[in-house]
Amino acid sequence: MQTEFLEEARRQAEICNACRYCEGYCSVFPALHAERAFSDGDLTQLANLCHNCRGCYYACQYTAPHEFALNLPQALANVRQDSWEEFAFPRAAAHVFQKSGLRIALATVLGFALLILAMRAIASAGGNGFYAVMAHNTMVAIFLPAFLFPLLSIAISLRRYWRAVGAGPLRISDLRAGFAAAANMRDLKGGHGDGCNFEDEDRFSHARRFAHQAVMYGFLLCFAATSVATLMHYVLGMSAPYPFWSLPKLFGVSGGVLLSLGCIEMIRLKLKADPKLGASGATSGELGFVALLGFVSLSGLALYALGQTVLMPSLLALHLGAVLAFFLLTPFSKMVHGFYRLAALVADAQKKKG
Amino acid sequence: MKTVSPQPDIAVIGGGNAALCAAIAAAEAGARVVILETAPKPYRGGNSRHTRNFRCMHRGPLGPLTDSYTEEEYLADLMKVTGSKTDEGLARLAIRSSEACLPWMEAHGVRFQPSLSGTLSLARTNAFFLGGGKGLVNAYYRTAEALGVQVEYEAAVTHLEIDDDRVTHIEYTQTGETRRINPKSVVVASGGFQADTDWLARAWGPAAKNFLIRGTPYNRGIVLADLLGQGVEQVGDPTQCHAVAIDGRAPKFDGGIVTRLDCVPFSIVVNKNGERFYDEGEDVWPKRYAIWGRLVAAQPDQVGYVIIDAKSLELFMPSVFPPIKSETLEGLAVEMGLPPAALTKTVAEFNAACGDTSGFHPTELDGVSTTGITPPKTNWARPITDPPFYGYSLRTGVTFTYLGLKVDARAQCSIGDRPVSNLWAAGETMAGSILGQGYLAGFGMTIGTVFGRIAGKEAAAHAN
Ligand SMILES: Cc1cc2nc3c(=O)[nH]c(=O)nc-3n(C[C@H](O)[C@H](O)[C@H](O)COP(=O)(O)OP(=O)(O)OC[C@H]3O[C@@H](n4cnc5c(N)ncnc54)[C@H](O)[C@@H]3O)c2cc1C
Ligand code: SF4
Ligand code: SF4
Repeated sequence: MQTEFLEEARRQAEICNACRYCEGYCSVFPALHAERAFSDGDLTQLANLCHNCRGCYYACQYTAPHEFALNLPQALANVRQDSWEEFAFPRAAAHVFQKSGLRIALATVLGFALLILAMRAIASAGGNGFYAVMAHNTMVAIFLPAFLFPLLSIAISLRRYWRAVGAGPLRISDLRAGFAAAANMRDLKGGHGDGCNFEDEDRFSHARRFAHQAVMYGFLLCFAATSVATLMHYVLGMSAPYPFWSLPKLFGVSGGVLLSLGCIEMIRLKLKADPKLGASGATSGELGFVALLGFVSLSGLALYALGQTVLMPSLLALHLGAVLAFFLLTPFSKMVHGFYRLAALVADAQKKKG
Repeated sequence: MKTVSPQPDIAVIGGGNAALCAAIAAAEAGARVVILETAPKPYRGGNSRHTRNFRCMHRGPLGPLTDSYTEEEYLADLMKVTGSKTDEGLARLAIRSSEACLPWMEAHGVRFQPSLSGTLSLARTNAFFLGGGKGLVNAYYRTAEALGVQVEYEAAVTHLEIDDDRVTHIEYTQTGETRRINPKSVVVASGGFQADTDWLARAWGPAAKNFLIRGTPYNRGIVLADLLGQGVEQVGDPTQCHAVAIDGRAPKFDGGIVTRLDCVPFSIVVNKNGERFYDEGEDVWPKRYAIWGRLVAAQPDQVGYVIIDAKSLELFMPSVFPPIKSETLEGLAVEMGLPPAALTKTVAEFNAACGDTSGFHPTELDGVSTTGITPPKTNWARPITDPPFYGYSLRTGVTFTYLGLKVDARAQCSIGDRPVSNLWAAGETMAGSILGQGYLAGFGMTIGTVFGRIAGKEAAAHAN
């Protein structure tokens, strides 16, 4: 990992450890105050516990122009971002995509192209709805690996993370505690329940938490829609298209709306927030990722609305191309933060219990 | 001269806790208020931005506070630290009002957190601000601005014109221009004079030039001097300041809380000649924190050196700068600029005077003491033997000065025995009215909140 990021985070963590004024904001500080010296692994763990709410920046009496120049949100964001690149499998892919919105966009276009080519090359042997454009088996042939590969990649990354932060064997109780903390995004409330200092300097607001909830639950609903549809297809032998009052559609439409709104709001907030409090040079990659996610959900909704029109084949190519890019980029884009954050919360629960 | 318009009803001088409480209270009473803060926005909030808690009376559990802390116990604590040099009437007023301050503060945006790790001794008596004093100050500025209070930064008040029994106008400089306003009421909340080291040197002697100032560089006592010069009643010993021993490497100003060192009880402390000068183990550290500022100030060059060995390194809260470290005492002496022979001699004498250390207990008065040396070390006396050896330099860090404006129970200033009809004071600048000497942790913010609110209300009542 990049030593200058670690050194800077260590310098700041030592100042915080002598101060402790921010102890109540989030999980980072109690974990930080439990140490006297900070190994690279400790700093990596602290960095992944931080969700960049910026409360500790605006409350800090030592921010620049003070000579101590505290900016803990950025110091931790740099270590965090760097850890995602360092632990990624394959590492080179993360270097290419994490910080570059442009490359994420290019990958998405490649996704479109691939899908269009696939449609042209392997003509459907007849079928209803979308399967008239692309055979079900072709879709599976493309998407199954595109789904399994990221899972494998992330599993490798998390194992690397787990080793680096020096966590012990996994226990069910730690898992439960970690998931509970993540599910209600406790830390995003900011310790006092007033939220983050994100889009308007030191004003606390829930905007970011709500946007994040919308994205996360919207995403999970869409994911549930796909999973249910897969089950219906293979287990019950019912193939798409499904009517509106069916689980895949209900999950998919509500999730898609939630996800689209969440992404739009997230982009709005990110554009208002001060980039100097986030990871250096990461804004483009973060915006690119949220935009891609938003595009996945919007194109999905469009497909639903215009599925009976002549636009359908092109929309299907765009949507599936974006989904493909999204899946494949998951380990190498901001999307991966959720996995690390969960791992950090579980490791934190483990350390607390000792 | 340029005149600010529209003319505010009330001018509040200063931008720390006392000023903000006054401004908010006045604005809520319907007055048009302007805050004149000499600091630029990033440094707004004076010493208040460095605080972490306030001391609060409570008859039962209240917010983050457990159990109870009664008026009598609070007053007794205050009397103890001030050697009874306390104005009991005003002290009781501050104490009694503190209980209602906590919910008021919450209603105006301040958030509290449980007592910080390492401060268990204050968990019952002091309510800690989430994010510390800058978090509090930020919340108050938001609240004040939402109430329509106008905030002027880099507005340095230079003069209050007093004619007979009232302030007729205020002069301040901003962006190189001198400006004048004629508010109906004025609240002074501009702190003490500790950042003016020339003034400190006049009061204390040339040694004061070597003192570090723990808080803001903007509290230079300009308004205080201006008012005292016009005969406004003063209070508090002009030669005294509250000072503690802090890390000698701390910046000249604004080092704040992180420069404190808690290792003295486990150490020996020597001066630049390598000689000990005081019982390092006299009492638990929070109770002795404040006398070491004076002890160090009395040493040559106003500097001290704390020496510990490996077995004590983890017994105290970490501080901002790592200790100087060496495998040998001679090496440590060289790195710290101390005479090696003198230091090793002092350590050898100290070590020889240590006795049975089996009763050592880092958090209690353990009675593990030296015999036969002067000064003795009466607790935690363990020989300095285990390498590596560690050292910190110590300097005097000034927290605040005692000289201030004398006020009555309505926070009003006076000339002779006549009140100045439209002048109030709050916070550090009048704290001498209550505390003659000494200090009780968290009482500064209590005074500022209580008297800030009173001053704001009174000023608004006068203006309306
Ligand atoms: C490191 C440190 C830690 C502390 N911790 C605590 C604690 O935990 N609890 C506690 O109760 N107390 C604490 N204190 C003491 C506490 O800071 C003060 O008692 C309190 O902040 C005083 O508030 P105030 O509003 O009167 O003054 P300040 O907060 O100092 O505000 C004075 C304001 O006046 C402005 N000013 C000065 N001159 C002018 C001028 N000429 N024109 C315009 N504006 C001017 C300054 O810029 C400043 O904004 C601490 C002090 C220090 C230094
Ligand atoms: S961010 Fe600043 S105020 Fe908060 S704990 Fe660290 S040094 Fe203290
Ligand atoms: S930015 Fe927020 S989450 Fe991160 S350390 Fe600071 S307070 Fe905690």
